[in-house]
Parts: sequence; structure tokens; C-alpha cells
Amino acid sequence: MYPELGQMALILALLLASLLAVVPLVGSVTGREQLQAFSRPLSAGLFVFVALAFALLTHAFLTDDFSVAYVANNSNSMLPWYYKFSAVWGGHEGSLLLWILMLVGWTLAVAVFSRRLPTVMVSQVLSVMGMVTVGFLLFTILTSNPFDRILPNVPADGADLNPLLQDFGLIIHPPMLYMGYVGFSVAFAFAIAALINGRLDAAWARWSRPWTTVAWSFLSLGIALGSWWAYYELGWGGWWFWDPVENASLLPWLSGTALMHSLAVTEKRGVFKSWTVLLAIVTFSLSLLGTFLVRSGVLTSVHAFASDPERGTFLLILLAITIVSSLTLYAFRAPVVHVRARYAGLSREVFLLLNNVLLVASTLLVLLGTIYPLVLDYLDMGRLSIGEPFFNLTFSPLAVAAGLLLGAGIFSRWKKTDGGWLGRKLLWPLAASTLVTALVMVGYGEFKPWAFVGTFSASWVVIATFWDLWEKSGSRKGRLYGLKRQSRSYYGMVLGHLGMAIVMAGATIASNYGIERDVRMSPGDTAQVGDYKAVFVETGNRRGANFTAEYGRFEILDSEGDLVSVQMPEKRQYLVQRNVMTEAGIDAGLFRDIFIAVGERVAEDAWAIRLQYKPLVRWLWLGAIFMAAGGFLAISDRRYRIRDKVRDTDVPVPSGSKAGKPAEAAS
Amino acid sequence: MKRALMFLPVVLVVALGAILFAGIGKDPNRLESALIGKPVPEFNLADLQAPDSQHDQSLFKGQVSLLNVWGTWCPACRDEHDDLIWLAREKGVRIVGLNYKDDRQEALKWLKTLGDPYAVSVYDPRGTLGFDLGVYGAPETYFIDSQGIVRYRHVGVVNETVWNEKFLPLMEEYGDVSS
Repeated sequence: MYPELGQMALILALLLASLLAVVPLVGSVTGREQLQAFSRPLSAGLFVFVALAFALLTHAFLTDDFSVAYVANNSNSMLPWYYKFSAVWGGHEGSLLLWILMLVGWTLAVAVFSRRLPTVMVSQVLSVMGMVTVGFLLFTILTSNPFDRILPNVPADGADLNPLLQDFGLIIHPPMLYMGYVGFSVAFAFAIAALINGRLDAAWARWSRPWTTVAWSFLSLGIALGSWWAYYELGWGGWWFWDPVENASLLPWLSGTALMHSLAVTEKRGVFKSWTVLLAIVTFSLSLLGTFLVRSGVLTSVHAFASDPERGTFLLILLAITIVSSLTLYAFRAPVVHVRARYAGLSREVFLLLNNVLLVASTLLVLLGTIYPLVLDYLDMGRLSIGEPFFNLTFSPLAVAAGLLLGAGIFSRWKKTDGGWLGRKLLWPLAASTLVTALVMVGYGEFKPWAFVGTFSASWVVIATFWDLWEKSGSRKGRLYGLKRQSRSYYGMVLGHLGMAIVMAGATIASNYGIERDVRMSPGDTAQVGDYKAVFVETGNRRGANFTAEYGRFEILDSEGDLVSVQMPEKRQYLVQRNVMTEAGIDAGLFRDIFIAVGERVAEDAWAIRLQYKPLVRWLWLGAIFMAAGGFLAISDRRYRIRDKVRDTDVPVPSGSKAGKPAEAAS
Repeated sequence: MKRALMFLPVVLVVALGAILFAGIGKDPNRLESALIGKPVPEFNLADLQAPDSQHDQSLFKGQVSLLNVWGTWCPACRDEHDDLIWLAREKGVRIVGLNYKDDRQEALKWLKTLGDPYAVSVYDPRGTLGFDLGVYGAPETYFIDSQGIVRYRHVGVVNETVWNEKFLPLMEEYGDVSS
């Protein structure tokens, strides 16, 4: 009975979402407050029913209800309970439900934390969120119902969760990622609402900023978790594969980063409005595109769900309606006139504009690389895939350039910056980062051009960031007072930029100075990797909850011959799906990882062993934690909690007076 | 003029949508081989049953053959095995087996218990020929004409449907003059 209740809850949620999409919006256009007042209760009700459906699906998993097709396909009675729980989002239907749960969660959050916003704005924003929810609930109910039953022939046991997904990383990676993806829907809804009522102003930018920053922080964490998971679970020690689905998560991250920066300019200086609105629409559209690419089966990927043309078509129509209608709205309503605020050729505005250019260029690059195979196929020019070399070669220069620009941009001033003054400011950071880079090169004992520019760019960002903090915190009442006086959003920015530098350093050093060896080893053999020795001691067998494993015992010795750690990489055979998975043995450290994976058995007592020495690889994920922490710190800034003084915005404007008044009036 | 520029995003998105729409329902796993229209790569490998005798690319000269890449470690190969036997015995198709990254004893045991559809079995424990062919995963089946030219590559299981849809037309096109 419970699954049917879940189905009912979904249908009721759809009805509430439809009401939310229409009623408050009508109220806001006709100026009727009673209708607008529905927006918050409807959002709450919507959340309750989607959460109920999600809870009932979880219940079906935890109680092994294999009469539900989705449970039977993605779970097994032998799974430990926590994997039964995470298996809820281990397949297409359930992860879609999680997606929707996040969406209505964000809707609820907007409803709760928007007391200071004008009612018209709130009702329009919530209505737009409601429209998106209607689309996705329809998609779920019509094409991907997680509550479908297999009756009367209920399978005795389930087909099991894909062993790749039986991992801690997967328990938290999708929720984080979806929080980010879906979180951009708030910035999108704010943009659409602003386009509808023509209020593209600093207040709009200020409301959008914290939501964008939170979504971006979650997305940063989600991407980092995915990369970490790929690193230790896919078994071969790579941390980014430029896989279409990875790219799909990187795309909204890149444009979301651009959006955060451009929102800052719009808030502070009232410029780039059209651009910012476009970015908000594009960022959410890229989130939707990612969802489409993963679920439609148009691209090959390790992550892709089983493809289904019907679902693909439905999703594409959904995407088309959302994106085309919002961009059309944009085309008609976005302001095109020049704003009065002027800025010089060298100013913080221009630096942030260049930052946006670089980020958008990298977004387009990744997008192009991801869909190029599709385009070629469409034009009947054959099939090919674009691999790492293309991305590495084109993406790295953009990342380095963004770093260099960032370091200089930190010192720049709004409106006008004196070139000579800026040049003199940059002299010391330039000298210091050249020195740091040279020391790093000497430390790793080899000069590599890419390592040089990458390290330089990263240390340049770090030094400039601290330099700026040092200068800003100078105070007559002492350094500590000066440090305390800086706002939380300033510290958020510092953390975010440091995070970016840390990621850049990690990526540069790990890919340039990493050592990778594939060797044939038998028990008793020793192999050298970097300064370390790996001794293959013995092999053995063990049994896990739902797998059997063959493991190798390795001792890692440093150059003096002292034992660093003992690693037991293994090959697991999962009992239900009969897949073999490689579990790597990783000796993790802040400055280096030693990675051992057991490959194929090449002879009676010999295995192919992959040994890797990965310097600074942890920094990739550490940097993402810094970025996310910066984002969360920034939104806790008190300026977002101060009541907006412009009370008159609460008065609903009758639609008649607005119709002939395009958005330009707002500037 | 400036307003017209604002329509650019919509236009781009519609174009992108058309391409994505065309991509729906196509199988992204469909792989074309770079070898199509080219001769079978040179190789020199031992026979599976008789370790002392060697085979090379001339194996494919003179008659149409299927080259089937398989291994005992590959569950899908077990699935198609009966269909291969049907093809060899009922349809008289010449199938050359490429035992790929496998153990000789295991492979011989497999053929003994399940039946042997292969006219010739080549033993490729290191996957050298497999590498030259660009094998993506077993099972894969190549259609090779009587000149030893690769004409088609099929990734995945061969069964009656696949045979009728994919291989039979090729058989009619390149089929033996004698038959």
C-alpha cells in the first residue's frame, strides 16, 4: 500500500505545483494580494508531499519491497542498510525524485527566508520555481515513476545496486551535486521575475547573490566529491576524465562562477545588468542540459543512466520550453540602453568583465568539446570522441589566465584604477611568486613549462590575496582590530580565491610531477615509485557483506627504508551482479598520495600492479572545501540580514502601468 | 539593432536543441572501426588447440569469414556461443575465433564442454591482435571478405536478429562466388 501512497503524494504535489505556478503569478500581475499570499503555503505543501513521496520510496528500499520495480532493479536484501538508503538515488527514477526534492526544498527555503523581499517579487519567484517543479513532476509521473509495481510475479530478490555505487562517496555525492544544480534555479527564478516586472536593479542583484553563492558552494563540493570518488573508486588514480557527465557538472559551475562575479558588479555598480540576467538563465539552463545529457543516452559515459528515447524526448521538450521561453522573455525585456554609471578602461569593473569573458570562454569550450561528437554525427561527418588532450590543452591556458587576472584584479578599484599605481602594487607579488615558483621547480627537481605557469599563477593568486588582506587590515588600533573589521563576505572571497589557487596548484603539480608505473609483481617483489619502495608481501582472501575479495598486502617504505604504511588493495567480486571491482590502496597525505591498485593476474603468482606517486593530489579537493567554506561564510555576512529600507517596493504595481514600461526604466 | 542582438541566445539554443533532438535514440555505443575497408592487420599468433602451429593474416584470404573475439572471462560470449554454433553448423559460416586475453586451458575446456563453432582458433593471450583491431570489449565480431579486407565491425552479441539485419546483407554483397 505504501508505494501507492507515494504515487498519490506525487500526484498531489503535481497539483500543488500547478497552483503555485499560476496563482501567485496571476496575483502579482493583477495586483491582488490575496492571491500572492498563496505562494508561501503552497510552497510548504508542495515540499511536504514531495518529501512524503521520497520517504515512502526510502521505506520501500529499507524494507526490501521488491514488488516495486525500481527497488527490485537497484537493491538487494544482502545490501547493508546504508547502501539500501543511498540506492534510493542510485538509479534514474529515484535520483530524479531526489532532484525534485531538492527543488522543492529550495522553493521552501526561498519562501521562508524571503520575509524582507517585496511580496510581488516573492510570489513571482516562487511561481517560476513552481513551473519548473511542474515540468519535472510531470516527467517523473509520466515517464519515470519510481513506484511502478511488478505484480503479481514479485521477484524473490533484487538485482542489486551497481557495485561502483556501493561506496560512501556515492551516498553524499549526488545530493551535494543536485543541491548545486538545482540551487541555480533560485537565481534563475529571480532573473525571470525581474524580467517580468522590469525590476533589474541593485536590489535584485543583492537578493540573488546569497542564493547563487550557496548553490555554487554546494556544486563545488559535489564536483569535488565526484572527483574524489572517481579517484579512489574507479581504481586507476585519475581525478578528472573530461567525461561528458563530469563536464555537465562543470558547465554550470563555470557559468555560475561567472554569475557570482557579475552579480557583484551589478549590485555594487549597477552595470552589466543584461549580461547578469543572461548568465542566470544560462547557468540554470546548463544545469538542465546536464540532467538531459545524463538521462537521455545521447552521449556515452560511465555515469549515464540506461537510455530511453521516450525520456530523452520528454526531457528535451521540457528543456526547450524552459530555456526558449526564458531566453525569448530575455530578448524582449532585457535592457539594452547604456547605463549612466561610467567606468574607465582600467577598473575593477573591467577586471571582472574579463573574468567573465574567460569563464564564459571556458564554459563554451567545455560545452563544445562535450557536444562536438553529437554535432558531427548530426552533420553525418562520422563519429569521434574528444578526449583529454583537447580539454587539457585548451582549458589550462584559460585557467592560468584567470589566475593571473585575479591576482591583479584584487588590487583594482571600482570606476578607475591608475595603471602606474597598479603596476607598482603588483611588483612585490610578482617577485614573490616568481621566487616561490622557482623554489617549487627546484624542489621537484625538474623544470616543466606547464608546471611553471601553473605554479606561478597559483602562487600569484595566494600572494596577491594575502597582500590585499594585509593592506586592508592595517589599522591604527592594531592588526587584530583591522582583521576583525573586515566583513565576512570579504573573508569569504579570500577563502574562495585561496581555494581556487589550491586547486590550481594541486592540478598542476599532480599532473606534472606525478609518477605512474605499471609493473608485474609477485609476492616478495619490490618496486620503486618516486622516493618510495613498495614491497608486495603476500596475497589473501576475505569476505565482505556482499562480496568476496582477493587482496594484496603491500608495505610502503621511504628512502631510508622505514615503514610508512601498509596497504591492502583488493579485487572484489560482487556476488549478485558478478562484477569485479578494483579497490585501490591509498596512503593519503597532504603533500603526496601513494596509490596501489591490483590489476589483472598475469601468471600463476604474478599480478599487474599499478603504482602511483601523486604529489599534492589532495589539494584538488581541499581547494574545493576552501571555496565552499568561502561561499558559506560570505552568505552569513550581516548585510544580507539587514532589512531592505526601500519599503515602497512592497506595494504591488498594477500591471497596466507596467505594460508599456520596459525594463530600461528600472535603471 | 541592439534589440536584435538579444535574440542571439534563443537562436543558438534552438540550433543546439535540433542537434540534441537528432541525437536521441541513436546508440552512442555504435562504433565504427578505422579498419573498415582495410586489410586485417598483420599478426603471427599460435593456434589455440595446437600451440606449435602459427597463423597469420593469410588465414582470411580465399573465403569470407567472421572473426569473433571472445574469452572465457566474458559472460556475453557465453550468451552468443550457441548462436555461433548455429551459424557454423546450420548456415555453414566460416568463423575464426580469436581467444582474447585468456587462459589456454580454460579456453579449451570451454570449447570442449560448450562445443566448438570455430573453423580456426587463434590464441591471443596478450591481446596483441586485439589491440591492432581496436577491440573495445568482447564479444566483437568482424566481417572479413575473401580478400582479407575488414568490411564490418559488430560490437556485442551476435544472434539471429543481428545476423539477419547486419551480416546477411554483407554476405550477399561479398559472399563467396562459389556458393
